[in-house]
Amino acid sequence: MMRDTIIAVFQDVAASQGRTLAPLSDDLRLTECGLDSLSFAIVVANLEDSLGVDPFNSAEWVDFPVTLGDFVRLYDRAVA
Amino acid sequence: MAELLVGTALGSSREALRDRCVLLATQDQLGTAVALVELDGLARRVVLCTPDLGPAQLAEVAASAGADAIVVDSARALGDLPALDRYLLSAQLEPATAPSRRFGKTEWVLLTSGTTASPKLVVHTLESLAGGLMGSMPAPVSTAAVVWSTFYDIRRYGGLQIYLRAVLTGSLLVLSSPGEAPDEFLARAAAAGVTHISGTPSHWRRALMSGAAGVIAPRYVRLSGEVADQALLDSLRTAFPHARVAHAFASTEAGVAFDVDDGLAGFPMEFVGGERAGVTLKVLDGTLRIRSSRNASRYVGDAPAPLQGEDGFVDTGDMVELVAGRYHFRGRRGGVINVGGLKVFPEEVESVLNADPRVRMSLVRPRRSPITGAVVVADVVLSDPVQTGAGDIIKQELLTACRCSLAAHKVPVMLRFVPALELTAAGKLVRPGA
Repeated sequence: MMRDTIIAVFQDVAASQGRTLAPLSDDLRLTECGLDSLSFAIVVANLEDSLGVDPFNSAEWVDFPVTLGDFVRLYDRAVA
Repeated sequence: MAELLVGTALGSSREALRDRCVLLATQDQLGTAVALVELDGLARRVVLCTPDLGPAQLAEVAASAGADAIVVDSARALGDLPALDRYLLSAQLEPATAPSRRFGKTEWVLLTSGTTASPKLVVHTLESLAGGLMGSMPAPVSTAAVVWSTFYDIRRYGGLQIYLRAVLTGSLLVLSSPGEAPDEFLARAAAAGVTHISGTPSHWRRALMSGAAGVIAPRYVRLSGEVADQALLDSLRTAFPHARVAHAFASTEAGVAFDVDDGLAGFPMEFVGGERAGVTLKVLDGTLRIRSSRNASRYVGDAPAPLQGEDGFVDTGDMVELVAGRYHFRGRRGGVINVGGLKVFPEEVESVLNADPRVRMSLVRPRRSPITGAVVVADVVLSDPVQTGAGDIIKQELLTACRCSLAAHKVPVMLRFVPALELTAAGKLVRPGA
């Protein structure tokens, strides 16, 4: 399930970057989850390697995800 | 701003700083903002130190700059810097007893990341920093109605541009604080009625991800310091339908070269060739070169390299490619990697990896990132083949070594083992884009 995959990557990256994750819920704002920009860049790179997609790099995408739920939906749509 | 012109935060130290070479090393941006107004025209040279410099680096910068004094605020923790007379900025402006008598033209020195851990010192004047500002940014209908803000620290070139714009026009300026969440900063900017705001593409992506971008309604949104891609420009246009969205090319050495406000990534080929608004661009060996009155004058330090070539142009090191009448940025020559506006020299990371006896050679290269523009990845050739499984341990140990000696943005986010790396005929590593 996409949500579990993404959360596992968030946890890995947080651990490797020495950051503390907030309790993750769908309406948690990404900017409040405890990851900085560099950590997000690593999350997106890891997901591209494991899922084969980078939804941020598609031509039609314009909306930045704000919450964890948005983020999961972005990837759900990208692999659909 | 008007109070700055009649008050003083230097107080009685002001006279002691006349004609001196001064490190300005406040923790808070506001201290720098206040002191610059007083030091320009008084000190011979002012070095704008960023708050990330530790005592050892400050001592190094002081030696390179020939500094004999340092101005700090109470928040700045400093070690022993015996070669420097120390002056403390007061938190409150005091009435100045007499107007400051001017020394003359002050050199403004900005720091930029160099090939080693020590920063390079780049010399500007107020004229080279502020010249053309009025032309390159939109002329407000009424100055009183303009409120500037920037995600940048004002001690970096991009932030200093906005600071000068605000000071020279007497506009309000909302400064960001280090560590401040983007939604908190945007809320403060919104409360102040921000109309003009600047940042790097990474700053703007983070602002959009905060979900709080909608709290501000600027008329002008500016991007600089990194390549602005089309997806981001489109997002900003959607988020700020009433704003002019412009991306600018500027570097500490070359100064501001141009603004692009047609909503498209890259820049029109017509910009290259003849002189436009005092700036001449040319493309030589695939990199963008800039000659203008906004160029820095030189580097200072031990045996400084020339800043301009013999033709008077500054080589930006930014590679461009002409596609359908527009130049697009294609990364840095020599493989310098730009991670969210911070430079990474691959050689520095490779030297950490290569220090491990199990590593024969390594190649550190950029990987495109939609969040920070690029991230750092490493290809490593091991001296001896290892058993499956043992590789993972070595990988973790190499990354740990990197984390111990490098800033977080320089640590490879991916490290893979490869059987060999390609070399040029001259025996150098083949670097992508180099």
